[in-house]
Amino acid sequence: MVVTLFEALDYAFFQRALLGGLLTAVATGMLGVFVVQRGLAYLGNGLAHASFGGLALGALIASLTSAQGILREPLWIALPFTLAVAAAIAYVRDRTRLSSDTAIGVFFAVSVALGILFLSLIPPDDNVIDVWHLLFGSILAVGPRELVFIAVMAAMTVAVLTATWGRLAYATFDEELAQSDGVRVRRLEYGLFLLAAVVVVVSAQVVGIILLAAYLIIPAASARLLSTSLLQMTVLAVVFGVATTVIGLFTSYLADVPSGAAIVLLQAALFAVAALISRRP
Amino acid sequence: MTLQKGDAVILDDITLSLERARFLAIIGPNGAGKSSLVKILLGIDHPTQGSVAVLGSPPGHHAKRAAYVPQLKTFDRSFPATAIQLVVSGERQAWPARTTAREREQALEALTEVGAEHLADRPLARLSGGELQRTYLARALVRKPELVVLDEPATGVDFMAEHDLNHLLEAYQDKTQATVVMVTHDLAAARHHATDVLVLNRTVVGFGEPERALSDECLRRAYGHVGHAHSGFVAW
Ligand SMILES: Nc1ncnc2c1ncn2[C@@H]1O[C@H](COP(=O)(O)OP(=O)(O)OP(=O)(O)O)[C@@H](O)[C@H]1O
Ligand SMILES: [Mg+2]
Repeated sequence: MVVTLFEALDYAFFQRALLGGLLTAVATGMLGVFVVQRGLAYLGNGLAHASFGGLALGALIASLTSAQGILREPLWIALPFTLAVAAAIAYVRDRTRLSSDTAIGVFFAVSVALGILFLSLIPPDDNVIDVWHLLFGSILAVGPRELVFIAVMAAMTVAVLTATWGRLAYATFDEELAQSDGVRVRRLEYGLFLLAAVVVVVSAQVVGIILLAAYLIIPAASARLLSTSLLQMTVLAVVFGVATTVIGLFTSYLADVPSGAAIVLLQAALFAVAALISRRP
Repeated sequence: MTLQKGDAVILDDITLSLERARFLAIIGPNGAGKSSLVKILLGIDHPTQGSVAVLGSPPGHHAKRAAYVPQLKTFDRSFPATAIQLVVSGERQAWPARTTAREREQALEALTEVGAEHLADRPLARLSGGELQRTYLARALVRKPELVVLDEPATGVDFMAEHDLNHLLEAYQDKTQATVVMVTHDLAAARHHATDVLVLNRTVVGFGEPERALSDECLRRAYGHVGHAHSGFVAW
């Protein structure tokens, strides 16, 4: 068995999967802490589905124009599409009496409907996009180009969240207190929404749209159960995400089960353990 | 200064000034705009017309010279933090990832000042209303502010705690010559501890020394009918 594990590491595709998964776990873990503490679990879900609409639009454009270069890559359409949806959600929430949940629900439905429409317009033999992979992830199929995107996304997430952590955490604790100390909470929040959009679009390739929200929420929620400080929660969320990714990936290789599902089920098991440990007497 | 939200005029043409080292009590019925005024003083909200200066600058300009004890502790109780981390946030003006030995020492000093040093490492989720209030007060005092703004700090606090609170503020003021602005529903406290009282109901109803501002005439104009239904309230 140990030999088999080392064998796996010899394959370039497995190395890419491992690296891509680790980077995704770091980014989603750090971001997930703020998603969980701000009650934005539904935002992760909504943005993931918005990215479905965006990727479908990208695929349609690629197919219709039989474009080369930049337009051949659906990500370049999905990214601005999802960013626009994130900004629209924040805007609707700020400017109307609607809660973010409601705003997210509306854009969620519209994006999925658009996605299905766009996909139906693509000629069946023109396979720029694999819907199954889009929905359920294809970590073992992460190519060198995707790996670059994931690395850039993870580096950006770590840099942005490290630079703003003190202010973002302060505003997450209590907006008014933070405002009274000169923190620009609206700007930070828009920034957080946009960052979430980038993380979601890029990591959708690893875990898939349907399981992405799990990646954002379960490690951070498990960490929350075991932490007495936000820093501790952040560190634990990243550790949990990384550990379940590595174990899940090897499990999926050995047992030949879908990797995304294996990872998320492991995370859920970890959550159950954390819930049991932290149970109030 | 005037504050509007949509069509509603929340604060109408407020004009007043307060010397340093005074103790101002703001009283008025629910919805009078007391919290709104306080938020303007702290730079959290901005007047739609007119201008405001606090400690000689626009509000929020020297955030660290002012400290705020908010009315409703709206923070999420599930936030992973201990009392001392909350106090350190007052010192640092950001949420602490880790606390330095020096920050911890100063935070403990502030907690001791308000009689809450034993709460230092208690998770926020396990603090009672009064314990939380003390922690917020320590959070405000730890930065040695020149202006302390408190929005109904006595709500949910027992009588002794309220008594302590007013004395703590007076002691801090004697020591530092700080200015205190406190929103309260406690007319007795306003009478005994404040040097100035503002009776507010969307606009200035009365402003000045406690005896004058708290005259029956002013209270009647602020609260409407004083006597029957509200008598218990006013008798305080
Ligand atoms: N963001 C807002 N948009 C519209 N109206 C608001 C907003 N915030 C407050 N108000 C209104 O402004 C008025 C004053 O509110 P404020 O919270 O300042 O009252 P208050 O004097 O502090 O009352 P309380 O004694 O209940 O704390 C209320 O009528 C409230 O409905
Ligand atoms: Mg109020």
